[in-house]
Amino acid sequence: MSNQDNPATTNDREESMSQVTGSQASNTKDRNANSRPISSHSLADVANARLSKVGTPNISSTGLEARGIHAWFGSKHVLEDISLDFFTGTVTALIGPSGCGKSTFIRILNRMHEFIPTAALAGQVILDGKDVYDSGVDVTKIRLKVGMVFQKPNPFPSMTIKENVLSGLKLAQLKIENADELLESCLRRAGLWDEVKDRLNEYGGALSGGQQQRLCIARSLAVNPQVLLMDEPCSALDPGSTLRIEETIRELSATMSIVIVTHNMQQAARVSDYTGFFLSDGGPGRLIESGSTNDIFTNPKEKRTEDYVSGRFG
Amino acid sequence: MSQTQFAVKPARPWKLTIRSLIPDILGALFTVFGSLAIVAVTPLKGKLGFALVLITLAIITATTVSWLRKDRKAAMNSRTTVLVYIAAAFVIIPLTSILYEVVRLGTAGFSLRIFTEDMSVTASETDLSEGGLLHAVIGTAYIVFFATVLSTPIGVLTALYIVEVKGRFAGLVRFFVQAMSGVPSIVAGLFIFAFWMIQMGNAYSGIAGAFALTVLMIPTVARTSEEVLKLIPQDLREAGLALGATQWRTVATVVIPAAKSGLVTAIILGIARVVGETAPLLVTIGGADAVNLNPLDGNMSAFPMYVWKNLLIGSPNAISRAWLGLFVLMVLVLIFFAMARYFSSARRRSA
Ligand SMILES: Nc1ncnc2c1ncn2[C@@H]1O[C@H](COP(=O)(O)OP(=O)(O)OP(=O)(O)O)[C@@H](O)[C@H]1O
Ligand SMILES: [Mg+2]
Repeated sequence: MSNQDNPATTNDREESMSQVTGSQASNTKDRNANSRPISSHSLADVANARLSKVGTPNISSTGLEARGIHAWFGSKHVLEDISLDFFTGTVTALIGPSGCGKSTFIRILNRMHEFIPTAALAGQVILDGKDVYDSGVDVTKIRLKVGMVFQKPNPFPSMTIKENVLSGLKLAQLKIENADELLESCLRRAGLWDEVKDRLNEYGGALSGGQQQRLCIARSLAVNPQVLLMDEPCSALDPGSTLRIEETIRELSATMSIVIVTHNMQQAARVSDYTGFFLSDGGPGRLIESGSTNDIFTNPKEKRTEDYVSGRFG
Repeated sequence: MSQTQFAVKPARPWKLTIRSLIPDILGALFTVFGSLAIVAVTPLKGKLGFALVLITLAIITATTVSWLRKDRKAAMNSRTTVLVYIAAAFVIIPLTSILYEVVRLGTAGFSLRIFTEDMSVTASETDLSEGGLLHAVIGTAYIVFFATVLSTPIGVLTALYIVEVKGRFAGLVRFFVQAMSGVPSIVAGLFIFAFWMIQMGNAYSGIAGAFALTVLMIPTVARTSEEVLKLIPQDLREAGLALGATQWRTVATVVIPAAKSGLVTAIILGIARVVGETAPLLVTIGGADAVNLNPLDGNMSAFPMYVWKNLLIGSPNAISRAWLGLFVLMVLVLIFFAMARYFSSARRRSA
């Protein structure tokens, strides 16, 4: 579960070794010495490698900020007091076991939460200094700035590939000068251009699952969001498409803030600058720990975080 | 390597061969001849007797053959298969015999001339080489057209209110739509008669008939549209909304196009529901023998009206005219539905 390449082996080894050595950090070093295949680097290595490659992100501005978020479905309290900053130009990964409220949390960030009839909310989501839940805020403008990619690829079935990419303009009633240029740049940024440039007038449903997901990413890019929320965008995809999307995320993160929910620890380590760990112990989900991805995976402060990222529970 | 590749041919190994079909064919022959024999030697007589014997024998034979060749499970499977085929036959036989009768009796007086003449100068009793049903074609076209134009927006908007808006009264509206679909058609006709004609003082006209049919058509269109809209995945709506669209915009650009062919079906079913209605037209359009090009004023004819009138007259030629009317209505409806299907499912080649 935590390792895409060979989950069972890595987890087993990690567990058995940490039982012997009693420490996460030391077993990481042991394993490096053992010249293991590159594909199964430990999470800490992966996070480190990313850090050295991209350098410390510039945390100049807080694009989006959640303050004291609580959420309910009916009388069920599912999120408790979540505060988290998302910096422009960075990728934040949200991890945690199933049902701990990650999806609920990111849906709160672009006000999709309110479509569930029983849903309730407390707290603030600050975007550009203003609470998106203030009365008088135009919800559609918020959703334009905070785009979303869903877990299941959902291209619009009645539209061609081209129309799908440009659908945001039509839906939000935006005017644009050069649609073809935008089309190409969105598809290029989503890493799909080469595969579809000759079939732009085919229907979106004719693409493979991975291509459909990249089409959905291209679609959300067309309205030029400041923040992109991705809820397990790779959960239905093969490793190749997953890597392709991770590359896309990395490229996109230069210009926007990306929040990605994932169950794949390797993925979180590979793509994110910051990580937030959610956990629910039967009650509402809480943000147990958040910080730079490197810290979360190399020396987490909380025992529960360490257990989770090392695959010992969850 | 390449040689073997050339030798490979596409095949269908799962297809039944003649050999493996022999027991089934023998069983079928046994059933047919066995039934004939039984009908010949026992007091069971006539078509009905033959059908009864055939059904019983078919079930017994199929079960036995399968049991002997395979096992009990296969026998149960064969028995159910035979029962399903028999049930299908019960549906198909009456339907085809109706079609057959309509075609046999309806084509008798058919010529293209009937689309250019009405009955204003011809008596129903005269030979079918005279007169036509242009007045019925025009009447039905007007009435169904206006009924569709009126009930489609109302029906689809009602469905949108129930499924998309999910307003406070959605349950109530849904209940009324269901209740409305149970209204007997004559009641719809009498409603328009009492309200539009008596109360408001209007005379017989095509539009009054269209109003009556609208009352009948709305519930069909609304309920079918509702089912169709419910089938559109919630994902798509959320995707639309997440791109910064208003709800109305999402419905118009995502939901309705995705449901388009289903909505066309809803409209077709609505038309099918009303196109043959006679009772509500009897009290609203008045009937006519001449072409009336004004749907807003004056007596109007329509196919059901034409058929009904000729049947009442009852002379052989009049009854032939009634069959002719049925036949032409059937063919026109078929052509219309085929066209609607074709255009609603034809996907655009370029965008
Ligand atoms: N529409 C809903 N109505 C009622 N309860 C809900 C609804 N959606 C989610 N919940 C509850 O809220 C809690 C959090 O759900 P959520 O979908 O946010 O979890 P998650 O962390 O995204 O899980 P996963 O990793 O499986 O996607 C769960 O206990 C779930 O049962
Ligand atoms: Mg989820």
